[in-house]
Amino acid sequence: MTIRVEHELHDRRRGRNTGVGLILVGVVGIVFALTVVKVLNLEEIAQFERFDHVARPQIDPAVQDAMRAAAEARAAEEAVE
Amino acid sequence: MSDLSASETRGYEPTLGDYFALLKPRVMSLVVFTALVGLLVAPVSMHPVEAAIAILCIAVGAGASGALNMWWDADIDAAMRRTAKRPIPSGRVAPGEALGLGLALSGFSVVLLGLAANWMAAAILAFTIFFYAVVYSMWLKRSTPQNIVIGGAAGAFPPLLGWVCATGSMSVEAWLMFALIFMWTPPHFWALALFVKTDYGDAGVPMLTETHGRRVTRIHVLGYTLLLVPVAVAIGFTSIGGPLYLALSVVLNARFLWGAVQVWRRDEGAAEGDSYATEKGLFRQSLWYLFLHFGALLAEASLAPFGLGGW
Repeated sequence: MTIRVEHELHDRRRGRNTGVGLILVGVVGIVFALTVVKVLNLEEIAQFERFDHVARPQIDPAVQDAMRAAAEARAAEEAVE
Repeated sequence: MSDLSASETRGYEPTLGDYFALLKPRVMSLVVFTALVGLLVAPVSMHPVEAAIAILCIAVGAGASGALNMWWDADIDAAMRRTAKRPIPSGRVAPGEALGLGLALSGFSVVLLGLAANWMAAAILAFTIFFYAVVYSMWLKRSTPQNIVIGGAAGAFPPLLGWVCATGSMSVEAWLMFALIFMWTPPHFWALALFVKTDYGDAGVPMLTETHGRRVTRIHVLGYTLLLVPVAVAIGFTSIGGPLYLALSVVLNARFLWGAVQVWRRDEGAAEGDSYATEKGLFRQSLWYLFLHFGALLAEASLAPFGLGGW
């Protein structure tokens, strides 16, 4: 059995540390709640997906325009044939 | 036992409450109320979570400026009875800790407000903190007896901030709410200064009652009340006003103006004769005056969905 000497200072520090811990948990909760609200309020989910760490050419508006133009050209060619 | 010896060297181990006291919680409560009204009367509604976080940021920003004020004014606070027990002059918190807390909370509140609401609101919050900590505390407070007039702008920003959080822009309604608190501060504060024996002079802070005398202070109370009345009543004719606000405002302003005239007409002999009853009455009235004006704005906005509030 270990000998444990409690001092009034330990109580005060424990109270302060508990308070700081609760504040930090609160900050995490606030940032998480804000993130959820911001994501759910997006007009389309692609705004959230955009370039998440990795470049995704397929959601680049310029690439999308080029792909659309290519598809229309292909359709036009098939119609001529 | 090195942890104990370290604390003995320092003399006192601060509690969380000591740090919280640096944020001036009583001032924060007024800031929260007026900012909330500014946000709720705005024509654009916010998501409740975003609105709650915005109000929290404004409150934390106000607290941060309070901590910076206590850091800078520690010498003044130590010289006055009313403030000598604050955390820094009483030795419970080190000045550097107050400065660190103030700066950290300032950065945190401004950035989070930008993310939760918009960056215009964040910029105004940053300016408000700067205005209170630097313009008022570091510059005006020790240099001019008009310190509380210009410094009062810091306390007037919260409703405008709430409005900008919701709308992303400023308008005449937002500026009138700002002007209401701005013009209210001088008569409110100087009515208090007339009946409270202060030791600002010993601390080197120029207060109007001590630099220019009580007669001049009484004239200033009436003068600023005359400027306050049209601002308060004008709000009633804007989109956030309505019959309820206007009726209440007319009554409150008539009473407040009458009280200011009474204070102006008295001399020190009469005031001492009844222990400054009229000055104390005007001060009490000023508290209700502001609370009821913003309460009426909130009532107008709350009744509007039922077709009752507003014009």
